Amino acid sequence: MENSNVFGVVLAGGQGTRMGNVEKPKQFMEIGGKPIIIHTIEKFVLNTEFEQVLVLSPKQWIKHTQDLIRKYIPMRDRVVVIEGGATRNETIMNSIAYIDKQGKLNTDTVIVTHDSVRPFLTHRILEENIRFAKEYGACDTVIAATDTIVASKDHALITDIPDRSTMYQGQTPQSFKAQHLRELYESLTQEEKKILTDACKILVIKGEQVHLVEGEVSNIKITYPYDLKVAEALLGGE
Amino acid sequence: MLNAVYQLKKPRQFELVYKDITLDDTHILVRPTHLSICNADQRYYQGNRPEEILNKKLPMALIHEAIGQVIYDPTGTFAIGDRVVMIPNLPSEKDDVIAENYLRSSRFRASGTDGFLQEYVQTVPDRLVKLPEGINLTVAAFTEIVSVSYHAIGRFFGTAHNRRDAVGVWGDGNLGYITSLLIKTMYPEIHLCVMGVNEAKLNDFTFADETYLVNRIPEGFAIDHAFECVGGNAAPRAINQIIDYINPEGTIGILGVTEDLAPLNTRMILEKGLRVIGSSRSGRKDFEGLVALYESHPEVVDYLENIVGEQVTIRQIKDISKAFEMDIHKLIGKTIMIWDK
Repeated sequence: MENSNVFGVVLAGGQGTRMGNVEKPKQFMEIGGKPIIIHTIEKFVLNTEFEQVLVLSPKQWIKHTQDLIRKYIPMRDRVVVIEGGATRNETIMNSIAYIDKQGKLNTDTVIVTHDSVRPFLTHRILEENIRFAKEYGACDTVIAATDTIVASKDHALITDIPDRSTMYQGQTPQSFKAQHLRELYESLTQEEKKILTDACKILVIKGEQVHLVEGEVSNIKITYPYDLKVAEALLGGE
Repeated sequence: MLNAVYQLKKPRQFELVYKDITLDDTHILVRPTHLSICNADQRYYQGNRPEEILNKKLPMALIHEAIGQVIYDPTGTFAIGDRVVMIPNLPSEKDDVIAENYLRSSRFRASGTDGFLQEYVQTVPDRLVKLPEGINLTVAAFTEIVSVSYHAIGRFFGTAHNRRDAVGVWGDGNLGYITSLLIKTMYPEIHLCVMGVNEAKLNDFTFADETYLVNRIPEGFAIDHAFECVGGNAAPRAINQIIDYINPEGTIGILGVTEDLAPLNTRMILEKGLRVIGSSRSGRKDFEGLVALYESHPEVVDYLENIVGEQVTIRQIKDISKAFEMDIHKLIGKTIMIWDK
């Protein structure tokens, strides 16, 4: 939608691959006969509330990603491939910088950030991310933990077993008011930035509220060969 | 794109599977918003179909009564966000004589091919009809079953002779209510008599001229034509009662579905020279005609609101089961699933 001020941000591997590493990133593996990243981008493209869908890719895979989008997605006018950063959060900052450069960044701008390797994202999850980010400023997609979480600081002995009923497993999307997220991120010390495992933690460190969005067990992240098998099993026959 | 499809794997068990949808230049995507449960869905859900049918058709997404919003239309037929009713009949050929819903080559959603219990439904423009602005969405959800009555009535009165002083409808359930309402709206001059088994339900047929319990039909009662909207095990008894009360050369429209064969008084069908018309499902022109009727006679939508039953918001698979279980225990009314999945 034109001027909706909501942007999709598909994170396609911000780390980049090492020199000499010719292994294809996971988002290019195929399920159901199509690259995973294409399935993911299509879900964003179908939601007309996104003014643009930014796909952040390691530099050396930008062309390849653009070629795939051209091949598979007919309605690609709103899809832009840009370069990711060195870390997940730097990649998100690149997306915000891109929005800013177009003169579209203001206090109400919402970004819905999502792993490119979670193609089982649903319409409802996207809708609720947009709604909650607008309403509360930030939200994180989670599912209730089914396994007991065990904490160990020295990786040898248990230091804590938190009450499972208060534990959730993080998925994506994670959605934010973009300008505020950038301000908070820039105010962090290098030490604080180092311990960030995801973008929501930027707000949590600063004592700000992040609303929960109910995810789906099927909204899996395809990281290992095992996940690929699960993904194929989720695909039904005719 | 990986589309979430909620299939009935076996009776009383739904399962999520994903199916790839390729976005192309000819197919529209619709996001279902309101889905209505039909008795045909219940027969699959409860396993009340012969085992070989269940084995052949399941797993399959249920629901063939639904409306939704257009979210992708490369054909330019609809605007994004348009509310549409989806036509479950899927013809694969055109025939100048046989209607699309009777062609043996047609497929039908939730009967051998996936129904509307999906994240998105991929279809062609011909299978969608735009809904009037501001229509009650819970009523619009069951437009399909109303279109089946609309179709049956059109077919019936194209055949039945012109003496139509009194017309009977057997059946006090949803189909009986809908059919009676449409007859009275489309043919207000007809003296409409409704026969049922439940007095409380019959009291809701306020637009009918007469209502009777089937075991208290007065002596001398007669009708020129009749519709059977009973279905199930009771259908043969209803049809035989119609044969008893109908005047010679009358027409009987059969709308109710039975699993078993029905023993009928064929002797009296012959002696009275009766015509029996079968009618099933509907096609695009019925949906279009009905939507036009909703616009010209908005009171029909108001009456239909009386049979909106439970409304269940669906966020998890277990909510779908909950809706089906609630639907089993209803007295009358359509159970509507509001899709938030």
